[in-house]
Amino acid sequence: MANIITVDHLSFEYNEKTPVFKDLSMAVKAGEWLAVIGQNGSGKSTLAKLIDGLLEFDTGTITVGGLILNYENLAAIRDQIGIVFQNPDNQFVGATVEEDVAFGLENRQVPREQMVKLVEKNLKLVNMWNFKDRIPASLSGGQKQRVAIAGILAVEPQIIILDEATSMLDPLGRQDIIQLIRQLKAERNLTVISITHDINEAALADRVLLLNQGEVVEETTPAQIFEETDKLTHYGLDTPFVVQLAQRLRDQNIPIPKQYMDEKELIQWLQTYNSTK
Amino acid sequence: MNNLILGRYLPGNSFIHQMSPQSKLLLTFYFVAIIFLANNVITYAILSVLIIAAILLSGISVSFFIKGIRPMIWLIIFTVILQILFSAGGKVLWHWGPFTITQLGLVNGGFVFVRFLLIIMISTVLTLTTSPLAIADGVQTILKPLKKVKFPVDTLALMLSIALRFVPTLMDEMTTIMNAQRSRGVDFGSGSLKQRIKTAVPLLIPLFTGAINHAEELSTAMEARGFTDSEHRSKYRVYHWQVKDTLTWVVFLLVGGLIFFVRK
Repeated sequence: MANIITVDHLSFEYNEKTPVFKDLSMAVKAGEWLAVIGQNGSGKSTLAKLIDGLLEFDTGTITVGGLILNYENLAAIRDQIGIVFQNPDNQFVGATVEEDVAFGLENRQVPREQMVKLVEKNLKLVNMWNFKDRIPASLSGGQKQRVAIAGILAVEPQIIILDEATSMLDPLGRQDIIQLIRQLKAERNLTVISITHDINEAALADRVLLLNQGEVVEETTPAQIFEETDKLTHYGLDTPFVVQLAQRLRDQNIPIPKQYMDEKELIQWLQTYNSTK
Repeated sequence: MNNLILGRYLPGNSFIHQMSPQSKLLLTFYFVAIIFLANNVITYAILSVLIIAAILLSGISVSFFIKGIRPMIWLIIFTVILQILFSAGGKVLWHWGPFTITQLGLVNGGFVFVRFLLIIMISTVLTLTTSPLAIADGVQTILKPLKKVKFPVDTLALMLSIALRFVPTLMDEMTTIMNAQRSRGVDFGSGSLKQRIKTAVPLLIPLFTGAINHAEELSTAMEARGFTDSEHRSKYRVYHWQVKDTLTWVVFLLVGGLIFFVRK
C-alpha cells in the first residue's frame, strides 16, 4: 500500500520554551485505520492539526495524497481530509442540522440543487434525516457527532481524522459512532486516523502509533502493543479489557498464552481449555 | 421568560408562515409607517381589519396575541392616560387643576391605544411566524444593495447566524455555571445592589472565557471544513419571492393608498 500521508522530520513548537515535536517522522498508508494513542500532552491533537494545515510548523515536510503541504496546496489538501473534533458543540456551525451538513459544500461553492441531494443522502447515511430541521441545542452529543460526520462525508474526503471524536460520548453513543465509521470506511475505502485515549477503540485499528512527548515510541499492530502491558502502563495508558481479564485468569493459574487475543479468541481458547481439562 | 411572547417563534405552515422573510420584514416596517398616517376613525378601522385578517391567516390562536400585549400593558395605559388628561380642545367634560378631560382628548387617547395595539400585533405576527434565522436571512436580503458601498453583508449575516445558533448553548452554559457557583456558596440575586453586582463576576468571567474557547474551536472547525471567507460561498438556505408575497404587497399598497385618501 502506498503512503497517503507522510510526515518527514517535522518540528513544531507553540512557544519557544516547549517544543511539541522535534524531528518527527511518520506515515499513514492509504486505506488503513491508524490509531494514534498517547497521554495528554503527547502531541496527538497537534499532529492532526498540523496535517490539515491548521497550524504552521517550523521545519520539515508534510505530504498528503501526493501534495506537499504549503499555501498553494492548502485548499486541495483540506478537500481530502475531514476532521471530526472532540467537542460536538464547538464544531456545529450551521443553525440547523441540514445547514451544518451543507456548510462544507457551501464553502466549495457547490450549486444548490446538488447540495440538497448531497445533504439528504449523507443525513440518511448517518440516520439523522428525521432531525434535519432541529437546532443543535435540541440534540444529544452523539447525534451532534453524527451530524458532524455527515457534514464531513458530504464533501467526500479520502481521509477521516477522528480527533478524540468519541471522548465526550456515553458508551452507547461511542459504539454507534465507531460502528458507523467502520462501515463507511469499508464502503468508501477511506483512510481513518483515530486519535484516542480509548484503548478499546485503538484495538480496532490496523496499526497503532504510540506517541510520547512528541516522539513516536512504538509503531506496530494493536495485538503486539497489547502484549507489552508494562510499556503501556509506563506511558500512562490503560490496557484493553480482554488483556486485563487474561492477566487476572493467569493469576488464577489458568495457562493463557502471553499472546494478545480479542474477545472472540479468548472465549474460544477458554472453551477448548475447558473441554480438554 | 415564558410570558414574553414578543420575539418567540411558533413553527407552522400557514399562509403567512410560508411568505418569504424579507417581504414580511419590509411589510412590517411599511405597516408601522402607515399607522402614523392614520388620523381618523375610518383609517384606524381599515388598518384594524387588515391586522385581524393577518392574525387569522397566521393560523395562530388569538390568545397568543393577547399574551403578547401583556408585558406592554402598563406602558399603554400610562400613555393613554397622559393623552387623555393633558390634551386640550373640544368640549370640556371634566376639569380639576391642571387636568382636563375633553372630548378630543378621549378620542386621541383611543387612537393612541389602537395605534399601540396595531404596532404590537403586526410585530407579533412577524416574530411568531418567522424563525430568528429566517429573520436574519431576511435582513441579509434587504441589506444586499449595501454591498455596492463595500458593506460586508455576507459576513454580517454569518455573524448573526452563528450568534443566534449559540444563544441556547450559552444559556445552558450560564445555568451550569450558576449552579456550579451556587454549589460553592455564591448567593445570586440577593443583598444590596453592590453585592449583586459583585456576585455577577463569578458568573460573567467563566462565561466570557468559555465564549472565547467556543470561538477558537469553532473557527478551527470552520477552517478545517474549507471556510475561507464569507463571500465566495454558495447558499443552502434560500427564500424565494412567491405569488403570496406579491399578493400581500398588492393588498398592503392598496390599503396604504386608501388610507392616504381617507385621512383628514
